[in-house]
Amino acid sequence: MPEVTLPGDLRTQSHLHPAGSFDLADHPVPTGREEVWRFTPLRRVEAILNATAITDGTGLQVTVGAAPDLIGPPLQAGQAPRGTALTPSDRVAALAHAAARHPLYIRIPEGRAVADPVRIDLHGIAPEELTAYHLVIAAGAHSAATVVLHHTGAAQCLGNVEAVVGDGAKLSVVTLQDWDATAVHLGQHEAKVGRDAEYRHIAVSLGGDLIRLQNNVSYAGVGGSAELFGVYFVDGGQHIEHRIFVDHNNPKGKSLVDYRGALQGKGARSVWIGDVLIRPEAEGIETYESNKNLVLTDGCRADAVPNLEIETGEIVGAGHSASTGRFDDEQLFYLRSRGIDEAEARRLVVRGFFAQLVGRIGLADVEDALMTTIDRELAAATPERTHA
Amino acid sequence: MTTTEKGLVISDLHVDVETEAGPKSILKGVNLAIRPGEIHAIMGPNGSGKSTMAYSLAGHPKYTITSGSVTLDGTELTTLSVDQRAKAGLFLAMQYPVEVPGVSVANFLRTAKTAIDGQAPNLRTWVKQVNAALGRLDLDDEFSSRSVNEGFSGGEKKRNEIVQLELLNPKYAILDETDSGLDIDALRIVSEGVNRYAAQGDRGVLLITHYTRILRYIQPDFVHVFVDGHVVEEGGRELADELEENGYEKYVKALV
Repeated sequence: MPEVTLPGDLRTQSHLHPAGSFDLADHPVPTGREEVWRFTPLRRVEAILNATAITDGTGLQVTVGAAPDLIGPPLQAGQAPRGTALTPSDRVAALAHAAARHPLYIRIPEGRAVADPVRIDLHGIAPEELTAYHLVIAAGAHSAATVVLHHTGAAQCLGNVEAVVGDGAKLSVVTLQDWDATAVHLGQHEAKVGRDAEYRHIAVSLGGDLIRLQNNVSYAGVGGSAELFGVYFVDGGQHIEHRIFVDHNNPKGKSLVDYRGALQGKGARSVWIGDVLIRPEAEGIETYESNKNLVLTDGCRADAVPNLEIETGEIVGAGHSASTGRFDDEQLFYLRSRGIDEAEARRLVVRGFFAQLVGRIGLADVEDALMTTIDRELAAATPERTHA
Repeated sequence: MTTTEKGLVISDLHVDVETEAGPKSILKGVNLAIRPGEIHAIMGPNGSGKSTMAYSLAGHPKYTITSGSVTLDGTELTTLSVDQRAKAGLFLAMQYPVEVPGVSVANFLRTAKTAIDGQAPNLRTWVKQVNAALGRLDLDDEFSSRSVNEGFSGGEKKRNEIVQLELLNPKYAILDETDSGLDIDALRIVSEGVNRYAAQGDRGVLLITHYTRILRYIQPDFVHVFVDGHVVEEGGRELADELEENGYEKYVKALV
């Protein structure tokens, strides 16, 4: 077999991960038969995939809550750290890259622990236009920070988020998709995790008509850790798709992926793709990925596709699991036998299903805010008491 | 049927369980009356239908009541939903309490108390009450932040059932093999909890057990021997002593 040299360390030979490229020409308009597009209803994103006019963030009202010295100047394409973590994996990310010429830039100085989360509110104000944003987060070595993105309003939005996590840094990125029901949001999040750094990414997708996020992680050094958590609540007609790719390209790294979703209503559809690649050089790594779906009514569909590609056996552990199920009758009986009516019992079970995951985030403010959001979603989604 | 008759009164109760081969008859005409202030023990061999009776009284969907009635202080239970039966005053301490991941004991207890009382308990006194109840069952305050029954030892699960019994304080409590799987210390702690509940004087207890050892701690007023889906003998606590001596053999043999 001839030796193939692939340019760029993000390139992989896997059919699941076509090599990334900044050049739109490398990402032809998909037909729907491509592995990375076959779960997405292309009909609903056709106009976006063929778009020629994409505004540079003008469809969003952006408010950044952060100390002024944490906000850097806009980065041109090719101006580091822009482009050092994220290479577009698909056409959508390449479109966003081309259109977002003035990225937001958050930089956490080396050694600095930022107590309050950096808060970036992105509120859709012009749903008729297709708009793109790009966020670059550079967490200096041994820094600690949390960045919360809160998407609200109505928009057709392409969003790329790239995080460069310095050696020994702790960075949490929370992305909350709390859009109006008409919103469409696609994009790519990608992190490069430094030596002994701890990266957390928490995706919460509740609102919107269609959400498709590609979430990639690779490692810039030995011993980095990535925890990718996701919570989604899919209502009738909604399409919510989370695609994860963890590239173990360095030794002794860790990755833990846990996504949980609840679906209800006719045509509610979730897609979870969890790809983990363990390269020959990734000795001593440990990875586990899990997706659990709770189907609350008839007429929903949850696709879960975990993939592990293992190119070295010299690892601590690698595993995955995926499950899709309905309410456990025994749990409901137990709760109801204590006087709790059926609707409330269902709410408790779903809340607990999410709380189990949220409780692992380890950031009290974020956990509280998330549970409040989930409670609101549950109160709105499940029927009120049916009898006294 | 609505009467003002006090008690948990089971009349000619017939219950089927759904199986792959179709419905199977488990309870074949149970008659039993538990009056306020009484402790009844139901004893019987494995497979006699004791647990089926407990679950069907509580309204488990797996069991179908085909005929007969169950009234609680005059209210017919068999037409009520599971939660309505609990609100009417019935409590079942389960043999295998169910794990509810992500739902804390504190949240569960508060939600149940709110449902039973029809209003939320006073927050400050409630937390004290909960901690005191946990303490009486030899569980520390931190227990309330754990997920319901998840990762609990067998003894913790049973003690958690008795914590609920004390806090929800139902009119009638069915304890389904609460003694099974308990070591001697846990058995004593659990029994003391049941005795505190019964000592109120106006509550009814139906204690389902396979073994007599719990009856050393809890004194029953009545003992019923349960075989093949119905009560075959009734007596006072001396009947339990006789069962301890001779087992269920003569009752089971009588069937053949």
